[in-house]
Amino acid sequence: MANLVKTEDETMLADAARGFLDKSAPVKAFRDLRDAGQTHDAKMWKEMADMGWAGVLVPESAGGSDMGHAAAGVLAHEMGKTLVVSPFLSTAVIAASALRNVSDARAEAALASIASGDVTYALAVDETAKFNPEGTSMVATREGNGFRLSGKKTFVVDGGLADRLLVLAKTDDGLTLFDIPANRDGITRNAQNMIDARDSARIDFENVEATGDDVLGQVDSAMSILKPALEAGQAALAAEMAGLSAGAFGMTIAYLKERKQFGTVIGNFQALQHRAAHLWCEIEVTASAILNAGRMLDDDPDNATMAVSLAKARATSTAQLAVQEGVQMHGGIGMTDAYDIGFYMKRARVGAEWLGDYGYHAGQVAKHRGF
Amino acid sequence: MQSNQELEGFRAELRDWLEANCPAEMRGGEPSEASVCWGGKNFQFESDAQRVWMERAAAKGYTVPTWPVEYGGAGLTRTQEKIFKEEMDRIEARNPLQSFGIWMLGPALLHFGSHEQKLHYLPPIARGEIRWCQGYSEPGAGSDLASVQTRGEDKGDHWLVNGQKIWTSYADKADWIFALVRTDREAPKHKGISFLLIDMEDAGVETRPIKLISGASVFCETFFTDVKVPKHQIVGEENRGWDVAKYLLTHEREMISGGGQGLSGGRALGAVLNESMEDGREMDTTLRAAAMRCEVDALSIGLTLERYKDQAEAGSGAGDASAMLKYMGTELNKQRHELLMSAGGSDALEWDGPLGNRPADWLRTKANSIEGGTSEVMLSIVSRRVLGLGA
Ligand SMILES: Cc1cc2nc3c(=O)[nH]c(=O)nc-3n(C[C@H](O)[C@H](O)[C@H](O)COP(=O)(O)OP(=O)(O)OC[C@H]3O[C@@H](n4cnc5c(N)ncnc54)[C@H](O)[C@@H]3O)c2cc1C
Ligand SMILES: Cc1cc2nc3c(=O)[nH]c(=O)nc-3n(C[C@H](O)[C@H](O)[C@H](O)COP(=O)(O)OP(=O)(O)OC[C@H]3O[C@@H](n4cnc5c(N)ncnc54)[C@H](O)[C@@H]3O)c2cc1C
Repeated sequence: MANLVKTEDETMLADAARGFLDKSAPVKAFRDLRDAGQTHDAKMWKEMADMGWAGVLVPESAGGSDMGHAAAGVLAHEMGKTLVVSPFLSTAVIAASALRNVSDARAEAALASIASGDVTYALAVDETAKFNPEGTSMVATREGNGFRLSGKKTFVVDGGLADRLLVLAKTDDGLTLFDIPANRDGITRNAQNMIDARDSARIDFENVEATGDDVLGQVDSAMSILKPALEAGQAALAAEMAGLSAGAFGMTIAYLKERKQFGTVIGNFQALQHRAAHLWCEIEVTASAILNAGRMLDDDPDNATMAVSLAKARATSTAQLAVQEGVQMHGGIGMTDAYDIGFYMKRARVGAEWLGDYGYHAGQVAKHRGF
Repeated sequence: MQSNQELEGFRAELRDWLEANCPAEMRGGEPSEASVCWGGKNFQFESDAQRVWMERAAAKGYTVPTWPVEYGGAGLTRTQEKIFKEEMDRIEARNPLQSFGIWMLGPALLHFGSHEQKLHYLPPIARGEIRWCQGYSEPGAGSDLASVQTRGEDKGDHWLVNGQKIWTSYADKADWIFALVRTDREAPKHKGISFLLIDMEDAGVETRPIKLISGASVFCETFFTDVKVPKHQIVGEENRGWDVAKYLLTHEREMISGGGQGLSGGRALGAVLNESMEDGREMDTTLRAAAMRCEVDALSIGLTLERYKDQAEAGSGAGDASAMLKYMGTELNKQRHELLMSAGGSDALEWDGPLGNRPADWLRTKANSIEGGTSEVMLSIVSRRVLGLGA
């Protein structure tokens, strides 16, 4: 079993990330972005790329920093703490992991464009209100050497602004993953007005042309590429949600030490102390599952499925608890838009659904444990 | 650090040794309170296999794998210990020996004891020859443990001990007791306690078993009447016993959190639940959902125990966080046994019925969140010492 203590490098990476984000991306930055009606900060993404974050999973040969999944989790965790808006998960984690599993010159070039921060990606998998990649019904019909894609995708996170889309569709004998530019003829993107004020889109595909070159990996066997990409995304999302939990928890503890009622700080009331302590315990337990998922993806990626699902399941339930307890312990002020804790609640709700909800991942764990 | 090659060599050797030495009867099956090997002068082995397994493991130091060799252990490093656990789990080997000596007194002696004390007390624990019990709680000192009143009068070369302990698990079966005794009545309550080691065969020590809701009587009232305890039977300094007591508690808590049989066996709850439905039933959706949640939590708490052990090697023990481990582990174990009862349905309602003594095990787990400090006390420790809340 892997060592579950953060390495010195990981601690340094976390500190460096925190230093940068506290300056460039505190929660206030997210609030400003939301108030301006924007869902992407291109300048900041470029800065992140310059620090090697966009290339965290890109090989050095393609200009990446190739730090691995545990490191990606460290970055996601820090971003989660202050609700940083960036295409990190969609592009640097999910798309990069998919492309990395394809060995051709085109994939190599695509990886380089991710690492440099020039190109962003979104993953178009969901078609119904719940994550179910195996149940994909969008079709890619053979036409000459290529395909025609028709159907609808929903909850395409970062899909409103992404330069390229990874699209999952049904082909004759299975599922196939396509990598196409988001502005190709026949694609209509409708931005969703999301509760967490992030970019997400419903996307219609009407007879969209895809060449054989647009296929990632082999026709009819999308999962050999998509599965590792999904697992990388789920693990990093879990880390982001753990960061989010830590952020909401930190705010709440600070408030308990500051707010006075009945002539004393409310942190002196045992009813609240025990709720806060319970929450801390849950956060600690979840941290182990997340560290373990990162280690498994780095050390033994073919057998990481259960570890990843464990992390996503735990991260989901913990984040939901953290934000609910957070708002409750803030009293009335926690219900106001002017106060940040509500942002955490909305982000946690979106994270809970993305890439598989609690039930999906707990089911995966059960399956691996033989029931 | 050992090379991977050395570690794999260790694993291969260990695997062979386990194959050759762990009797078939000591493998597999859901461990239960009744099948624990406790050791001690008066221990009744459940079978020859149980005795042989304990003796063989002890000869290799495998009853206390991480203790130094000179004190009866195998001196394993943390990495070797992980391999040891993996290989034990692989063949579902039962624990060859469990005891309060191993879980509690041993770590405290390793930390606070003199070299002579370690040499004298540790090897018999490792060999399963001496069984210890814990004399902390009193009728008036439960959660508020530091208000113990059992007192020790200084008589020059010994203390004269008088008082009563309660809830002393296995006091009637133990050979020795480690006890918190007030040796200074004037000092503030935390500063007048000494940590004494007392032979249960001494004149003036008496135990009275108390029956539990599970029907078993694992704990006792323990009375001390003019018991003479030689001065060298103190661990740590006089009146500084609270430090030893607290240190020991962090180990006790870590043990209870994982020793909750739910976590140690490595078997999936869902699989165990399915087995208890031999009449062809299947888990209904409610039970299944609860089992899934339980499994997710059990695996994650298991990883957390490992993470804290990894950290301990890097220099920081679980410390106050042992309260978290204890709270999470025991609350989970209680839930797990609720589900086992639910899966068993009416078959689980009989003492020694079709599902064995499942109801007794279920009832026993209710104490997990009480013994070693209650869940509420654990939460208070976390909120005060970790979160810095409250006065
Ligand atoms: C949507 C909304 C509508 C409202 N409408 C009205 C209205 O129309 N008129 C009106 O007058 N007010 C209204 N309120 C105010 C509401 O009644 C207060 O928010 C509520 O009483 C809590 O007070 P507080 O916000 O100051 O929180 P605080 O009292 O500061 O409480 C913060 C946290 O501490 C806890 N806490 C406080 N004291 C203790 C204690 N002794 N022991 C344990 N825990 C404690 C609380 O339970 C809470 O979790 C409204 C609030 C909201 C959110
Ligand atoms: C099966 C079993 C085996 C045991 N074995 C041993 C043993 O071998 N040796 C030994 O010394 N002891 C043993 N104990 C005793 C155990 O450590 C005590 O029962 C425990 O510390 C609680 O003390 P108490 O029973 O006096 O409960 P109390 O302290 O009276 O607590 C009663 C209730 O009040 C709550 N409470 C108390 N104080 C607070 C507070 N400040 N804030 C909030 N809630 C509070 C508690 O959480 C509990 O729910 C054993 C107990 C059991 C059940």
